[in-house]
Amino acid sequence: MFSYFLRRVILMLPVAFGVSVICFLLVQIAPGDPLTAIMPVDATADEQAAMRAIYGLDKPLPVQYAIWIGNLAQGDMGKSIATGRPVAGEVFGAVQNSLLLAASAAVIAFPIGIFLGFLAGYFRDTLLDRAVTAISIAGVSVPNYWLGIVLVIIFSVNLGWLPSMGAGPGGSQDWSWDWLHIRHLVLPAVTLAVVPIGIVARTVRALAGDLLTQDFVLALYAKGMSRGDVLRHVARNAAATALSVMGLQLGYLLGGSILIETVFNWPGSGFLLSNAIFQRDLPLLQGTILVLALFFVGMNLIVDVAQAAIDPRIKRS
Amino acid sequence: MAAVDTDILEEPVTESGKGYWSGVGARLMRDPVTLICMAVILLLILSAIFAPYLGLADPYKGSMIARLKPIGTPGHILGTDEQGRDMLVRLIYGGRLTLFIGLTPVVLAFFIGGTLGIVAGYAGGWVNTVIMRTVDVFFAFPSVLLAIAISGALGAGIVNSLVSLTIVFIPPITRVSEAVTSGVRALDYIDAARASGANALTVIRVHVIGNVLSPIFVYATSLTSVCMILAAGLSFLGIGVRPPEPEWGLMLNTLRSAIYVNPWLSALPGMMIFVTSLCLNLLSDGVRSAMNVRD
Amino acid sequence: MSVTNPLPDGLADKGGPAQPLLIVRNLQKYFPVRGGILGGKKALVQAVDGVSFEVKKGETLGIVGESGCGKSTTARLLIGLIDKDKGEIIYDGQDLGGTLSLRDLRRGVQMVFQDSYASLNPRLTIEESIAFGARIQGLSDPVGRARRLMERVGLAPDRFAQRYPHEVSGGQRQRINIARALAMSPRLVVLDEAVSALDKSVEAQVLNLLADLRAEFGLTYIFISHDLNVVRYISDRILVMYLGEVVEIAPVDQIWSSQAHPYTRSLFSAMPSMDPDNRTMEPPLAGDPPNPINPPSGCRFHTRCRFAETVCKAKVPTLRPLSVGSEHLAACHLHDLGSGHSKAGKDVLA
Repeated sequence: MFSYFLRRVILMLPVAFGVSVICFLLVQIAPGDPLTAIMPVDATADEQAAMRAIYGLDKPLPVQYAIWIGNLAQGDMGKSIATGRPVAGEVFGAVQNSLLLAASAAVIAFPIGIFLGFLAGYFRDTLLDRAVTAISIAGVSVPNYWLGIVLVIIFSVNLGWLPSMGAGPGGSQDWSWDWLHIRHLVLPAVTLAVVPIGIVARTVRALAGDLLTQDFVLALYAKGMSRGDVLRHVARNAAATALSVMGLQLGYLLGGSILIETVFNWPGSGFLLSNAIFQRDLPLLQGTILVLALFFVGMNLIVDVAQAAIDPRIKRS
Repeated sequence: MAAVDTDILEEPVTESGKGYWSGVGARLMRDPVTLICMAVILLLILSAIFAPYLGLADPYKGSMIARLKPIGTPGHILGTDEQGRDMLVRLIYGGRLTLFIGLTPVVLAFFIGGTLGIVAGYAGGWVNTVIMRTVDVFFAFPSVLLAIAISGALGAGIVNSLVSLTIVFIPPITRVSEAVTSGVRALDYIDAARASGANALTVIRVHVIGNVLSPIFVYATSLTSVCMILAAGLSFLGIGVRPPEPEWGLMLNTLRSAIYVNPWLSALPGMMIFVTSLCLNLLSDGVRSAMNVRD
Repeated sequence: MSVTNPLPDGLADKGGPAQPLLIVRNLQKYFPVRGGILGGKKALVQAVDGVSFEVKKGETLGIVGESGCGKSTTARLLIGLIDKDKGEIIYDGQDLGGTLSLRDLRRGVQMVFQDSYASLNPRLTIEESIAFGARIQGLSDPVGRARRLMERVGLAPDRFAQRYPHEVSGGQRQRINIARALAMSPRLVVLDEAVSALDKSVEAQVLNLLADLRAEFGLTYIFISHDLNVVRYISDRILVMYLGEVVEIAPVDQIWSSQAHPYTRSLFSAMPSMDPDNRTMEPPLAGDPPNPINPPSGCRFHTRCRFAETVCKAKVPTLRPLSVGSEHLAACHLHDLGSGHSKAGKDVLA
């Protein structure tokens, strides 16, 4: 098991390197000079050159990359151009909020998705199956930023039950587990949960349907095992695949929350990202994306290892 | 001397003469949901193409006194937007850009990713390693994040949206194309073709492409819905199409301010995105099962 | 017979009748196995290790052995589908890679594969599949050639030319594959388990067809199979492989009456007999063949051999004639008087 883990980690390193290169290049593909945002309009050529030297922009790209990575290794992701604060602090604060939102959505989505998918797989080709299939197709087809707006229209505008913006009363940034805060979480979390419900239901339906028709299930029935016990066997066989899909979905939730956070003004990484984009705050943009992508890479690693722990076949291949 | 063999008199396994595609067509004709979705998509595409010739009002011309009229207003059947422009006209025109930016990247990624995958899958070795490891790196980004990152860095604009979405969809298509091609590459008919002295290009052209294209194509169609949602999402965030162009995601964004004044009106553009994406998904599922491609 | 000979432009004979059509010397292919933490080269599978043999013009050489012994790898090496690590392939006196290009070799040598379905492109009609090679090689009238060959292998062109592979039976598909190989006007055809997947009745028909074609077109066959009876029917000589090496080569009648290598012996005794008075008395070969990644030292068969002694573990036996000038060759210390084996020269196998 440990050697498998080690191999996965080593295989991950080039990917992490590639991710850092892409994040580094993001700033390079941006039109205009990264300094225009902070440089006075009337700066002379000499002043500009001096400024470049300070930021290391006069050096060749590989050198710039090496400097950037060196700073990263010390936890220095540069300073936000808009606020002047260190990017690292801003990003980690926001990522915490995003994680809260993503985890809540996962808590809603996974049980519902598994339940619906299993129902559909077990009662294949019945009306119930078709209803679940319709729900999951609708779930993966809905633009969730629009769904968020629709939910706001219903529950905030028309019914007035739930707030439509922010993460706490009066734009509070400090989270706590009381109803005053949780009511802010409900709508964005539900909105975010819809797509994974569709995907998880679809996956579990296919898994359950396939497994239930397999010979070993017939054999279990044939030797007189009860329905419930047979289902336990099926669930164990489906667990590894279902887990990997859900693990990836958790990663997607974090990345996919960007639009939802914008809709609900949720102070997470997505909200930070869209602010960074509008203020052309490239260091902040770069830092946020790097952290999110590395988080996703780590998530993949955890999923792989957990999957191998559950299903011994994976380790050997 | 021609031996009479019972084997030769044996009846063929399936009816002969009928091509593969006529079977696909027949199966599609028996599937009403797919046909309806096909009709909706076709209607949207046609109205997008012919919008200027339908005698509609000017989609850019607003009116200060006729702002945010509700749905059902005489003369403005679907109401007016925050600048008093007719919603129905804007929605019809909006389909042009949304569909264009939503579908073009998948088409481009189909050609680029398909080619990369076929090359990687057929060549194997270090060529495969270079292409597929690069693809792995892009897989480390959730698609939404990658699209927003590239678009965010490049800035708003139609071309930039197309570029970033194409980059987002090349890796998944490359991966599928590589997997399918490696599978075909291992079959004996490829070896037989190579053994007849054909060079790699000829083998790919005659024996590989025909057998890998339809699974890659089916996979690509399954991406159109996601791509359209993402494309509109970029405009919704303000890093896609620039105002005053009519585009569903952008309209959804600008109408958000009207959510307390005329809530359902402001949800209309999103409704269009939803319906289109739903039809694209159902259509892709229908085509997939008609073509007997397994998941 | 109205079928015109489709081989007017076959490669002209170069070396004369005494020159073997194919000489293989020391052919070697190791496949790397990837694994370990970094996924680097971990080990080598010694798929084909120092194989040498000759094929005379007009003869059929049968190659037998267990699955995994390197039969198919040898076949693919011969036609250049995989690159050899070492060794020489000499076609009609011309050295592959030297005076003979791979492209020319493929004019002279063609192959028929085991899986009749996988070896036909499902998107091409039968006629297109057969004509493809001739078209590639720039032969005249590829379609006419394809139709004549279809006629010759027993498939009426009017009925079958426009069909797709899934629309015909397995036996018919294998006839198509044979026609496809012949469309290139080869002189040597490598048949890799070409009839193994067929029903017994169909197998017999295809075997007869192969024999007829050999006579009609003056073909030379390398016939690979695990079925000794089939090999006996069609072959002039038989080559036995074990773990990537040649252990015995002999004319079919000689090997049928007396097997020189203990491995060959156990292969033959494992053959089911149709005669109840002639039951299998010897114990069958125990266990699976050893791992070709790390084959046994000395004689590779010593781990499963009843006659194994220390010398078998220490020394690699060479493939040598049983007696001076004999066509019967074996690689076993039992037949080498100077080997140091205690039973060398004694007739222990009989």
